Amino acid sequence: MQPVSEISGTAYPFGRKNVDTDVIIPAHWLKTVSREGLGKGAFEAIRNEPGNLFDDPAYAGAPILIAGDNFGCGSSREHAAWALLDMGITAVIAPSFSDIFSSNAFKNGILAVVLPQEAVDRLLEVAQTQPISIDLESQTVTTPFQDRFSFEIDPFRKHCLLNGLDEVGLTLTRDAAISTYEQRARNDLPFLARGLAVAG
Amino acid sequence: MAIKPRTLYEKIWDAHVVETRDDGTCLIYIDRHLVHEVTSPQAFEALRVAGRPVRRPDLTLAVPDHNLPTTPRKDAAGHRVPIADPESAQQLAALERNAPDFGIRYIDATAPEQGIVHVVGPEQGFSLPGATIVCGDSHTACHGGLGALAFGIGTSEVEHVLATQTLLLKRSKSMEVRVEGSLAPGVTPKDLILHVIGVIGTAGGTGHVIEYRGKVFEEMSIEGRLTVCNMSIEGGARAGLIAPDETTFAYLKGRPMAPKGAEWDAAVAWWKSLATDPGATFDKSVAINAATIQPTVTWGTSPEDTVAIGGVVPAPESFADPSKQRAAQASLDYMGLTAGMKMTDVEIQNVFIGSCTNSRIEDLRAAAAVIRGRTKAPNVRWAIIVPGSGLVKAQAEAEGLDKIFIAAGIEWREPGCSACLAMNPDKVPAGERCASTSNRNFVGRQGPGARTHLVSPAMAAAAAVTGRLTDVRELV
Ligand code: SF4
Repeated sequence: MQPVSEISGTAYPFGRKNVDTDVIIPAHWLKTVSREGLGKGAFEAIRNEPGNLFDDPAYAGAPILIAGDNFGCGSSREHAAWALLDMGITAVIAPSFSDIFSSNAFKNGILAVVLPQEAVDRLLEVAQTQPISIDLESQTVTTPFQDRFSFEIDPFRKHCLLNGLDEVGLTLTRDAAISTYEQRARNDLPFLARGLAVAG
Repeated sequence: MAIKPRTLYEKIWDAHVVETRDDGTCLIYIDRHLVHEVTSPQAFEALRVAGRPVRRPDLTLAVPDHNLPTTPRKDAAGHRVPIADPESAQQLAALERNAPDFGIRYIDATAPEQGIVHVVGPEQGFSLPGATIVCGDSHTACHGGLGALAFGIGTSEVEHVLATQTLLLKRSKSMEVRVEGSLAPGVTPKDLILHVIGVIGTAGGTGHVIEYRGKVFEEMSIEGRLTVCNMSIEGGARAGLIAPDETTFAYLKGRPMAPKGAEWDAAVAWWKSLATDPGATFDKSVAINAATIQPTVTWGTSPEDTVAIGGVVPAPESFADPSKQRAAQASLDYMGLTAGMKMTDVEIQNVFIGSCTNSRIEDLRAAAAVIRGRTKAPNVRWAIIVPGSGLVKAQAEAEGLDKIFIAAGIEWREPGCSACLAMNPDKVPAGERCASTSNRNFVGRQGPGARTHLVSPAMAAAAAVTGRLTDVRELV
């Protein structure tokens, strides 16, 4: 994973609430065995509307998306995160995110920034004409008009994002602890610890 | 010193902590991992690239469901019928290769046990009370009906579980949905959960694990509990749980992958200790009176857009929140409905009975009870019933339910996800309406431009025979 520190640039002033992952990437795009190329299907239904935001040349290639409440609700498809990445979005700002989406975003190095609705409203206004900057180190979002909004982020996630750490690799270093747990489970919860007989 | 009273969720969580970090993040052990063809190929590929094995292939079960056509899988000569869509075929082929490559038990598309992951897990006794269960699919919450802590994960997490059999998680907040009293006749668990989502909203459970409590759930069958927990995610909660009890044990006993002999006895003893302690507290609590719940339908494009069947399409102005007003107007435009219209005047062209929410035997029996002796209404162009698994299908056929459906002009299909998300050829045409027993009425979910009304199996059956949304209580 690439380290993430500062994301600056144009932002899509999207603002829509309850954007579900079927809107971000419809199901017929899920028939892929790869993570690449999903940008073409991102926001497909919206892109069919003439004059839509995502095909407006003013925002082409914007790295930031500003959305409304409960962004990424619905299905657990990580394809939503891959689709955003493939269209060049590396940060989403919203008043709230669905739990699964924010986890998927994090695991793909997409910054999911939670700000209060008033701050998001202000950024939606600024983004019509001006770029926005997100600084992960100082946990702030700033605009050319001297707006400055602080956001919270889980310290572990911040550490992983800043250093581009692979979570699977990190957990594999805890192998001894996992083995100890498994040993204990075989004694205490044998009915859960026992697995299926596995084909050769 | 007295031990602090704990909730069901806390007890399962505590039993699965491998280690706790300073910031409170826990490494949680995963007991059961269900894998299907859509969200796993990239995870297996990542393992391959990194040269990593699956840590516990014996705790992993793979079954294809999302892409499979629901037309016969074998031809007259017993040969497998190839999947026409090349992309669907490619995803299936990937799982078919990955499972044996990584030593994982695989239920083939033509096996009698094949079905939707969330139907197969409980049915095989793979899903167990008190277990942590994950799957790359948000409706994993379903297995909470057995008293398991079950939740959907993304593909990176699928990879993490395959490689380490753990997940890094923060404890969620706890939410109690208490439903007092009993359901009125003709009102089903599906109506109950649609009503609950209408009350709490699609973000009502965000950050929480819901425990459904009250007499209604104690009286409910396992099928019904699976339906309720299935839709927890539609209320924003990653997981929903119902305490395991005698009904749960009776359901699981003797299932192929369930514990046997002394291990079974030990399991039951532990499962009985899991119920929420008296005096345990929840971060959030909602109380609902079961007697007020009517057969419930959705009018919009969010599962929270619910109304009792006797009600009318709401006016966007009736919502306090301006953004909800806009969303409601957009929903009505998409759905082709006008405010004030009676729900029972909404005409239906398609009916889908299936999905991990409502495709178990009890659901099919409820549909058959309404359809028996009646036929599909002339304006219903397409009506299909897709059993949740091959075993459900066989059971329904043994009871003669298939004959009732076929005699009514309704198609009887092979198991899979089907028109729930329309990744396979089963789609609702643009602009047409579908009474569907699935869980999501999102824009385009059942096909581009398709209009979905979420209902119970009995209500879907009623719509199939009358050609409009109908109060099933008028037919029985
Ligand atoms: S039936 Fe629908 S909701 Fe259930 S697993 Fe399949 S696609 Fe997902």
